[in-house]
Amino acid sequence: MTSTRCAACKYFRRRCRPDCIFAPYFPADNPQRFACVHKIYGASNIGKMLEELPVELRVDAMESLYYEAKCRIQDPVYGCAGIVSLLHQELHSAQSQLAKVQAEIAFLDATNVALAKPTSSADASLVQENGIDQGLDDQFNMWFY
Amino acid sequence: MLEALSKARRHSPCASCKLLRRRCTKDCIFAPYFPPEEPHKFAIVHKVFGASNVSKMLQELPRHQRADAVSSLVYEANARTRDPVYGCVGAIFYLQNQVSQLQVQLAMAQTEMLCIQMNQEPLAPASADQDVISRVSSDDVSYSCLHNITNHHQYFNFNSTNVIQYNNLKRESSSLWT
Repeated sequence: MTSTRCAACKYFRRRCRPDCIFAPYFPADNPQRFACVHKIYGASNIGKMLEELPVELRVDAMESLYYEAKCRIQDPVYGCAGIVSLLHQELHSAQSQLAKVQAEIAFLDATNVALAKPTSSADASLVQENGIDQGLDDQFNMWFY
Repeated sequence: MLEALSKARRHSPCASCKLLRRRCTKDCIFAPYFPPEEPHKFAIVHKVFGASNVSKMLQELPRHQRADAVSSLVYEANARTRDPVYGCVGAIFYLQNQVSQLQVQLAMAQTEMLCIQMNQEPLAPASADQDVISRVSSDDVSYSCLHNITNHHQYFNFNSTNVIQYNNLKRESSSLWT
């Protein structure tokens, strides 16, 4: 007869009851997953967390706990909080860069407006005299260039 | 004065020993990080991680890293208390989205800036940036705009070592993030 114990009950070498709270989230084929979460949080705390959550949210909760436990094992000092801190820095840097580029765009736009404005009506009549009119089509302009 | 304060503190049990109702010895591992004036700090860490797990974690770390470890544990415990389903991971998701959106906006703004610079080029004075002038020709204008847009693709792939780790873990536990 094959064993049907979940990873948690296998870990504790106990009988896995039909209503075992860990069984749906810690299958026997992945013992490392339970070992990881148990190392950081402890089985008793995980059991309490599961009991306090509605059934439909337990899968996501266990996934996130597993992820956090893995982060903590890989980085025992900062864990997940280190990633949050890094992302805050990235966010701040991206905001600064964006503000800088937007300021440059505003400056360039203002420069464009200043350069495009005709300086006097004399200039406008000079343009008309030479037949250079922005309303003319390209074929006609080609005669002059 | 510090010595007097320290002596006074030694007589007073730390927050962990108060909560656990035990004698606070002078080599109590929690005492430097869970002062009696902040009982909530230990309470929340104990609720999420458990005192014995925290003790083991601290024992495995060199002394100079323990304060940072406690701060990060408190942070994670707070996040888990506020959001019992996603905890810190919810914050990571949110921040990643924010960063991605900003990076897309940044890429677009930089492209817009380049296009404005190129449009400005015929009217620009002689002292203008040579790099901008060298890119401008009737055949090359559209290519260089496209080239710069393509170069900005790095902003669409957020490559941080910790986030790469996160993405690898995501693939391992795929049900949440598909």
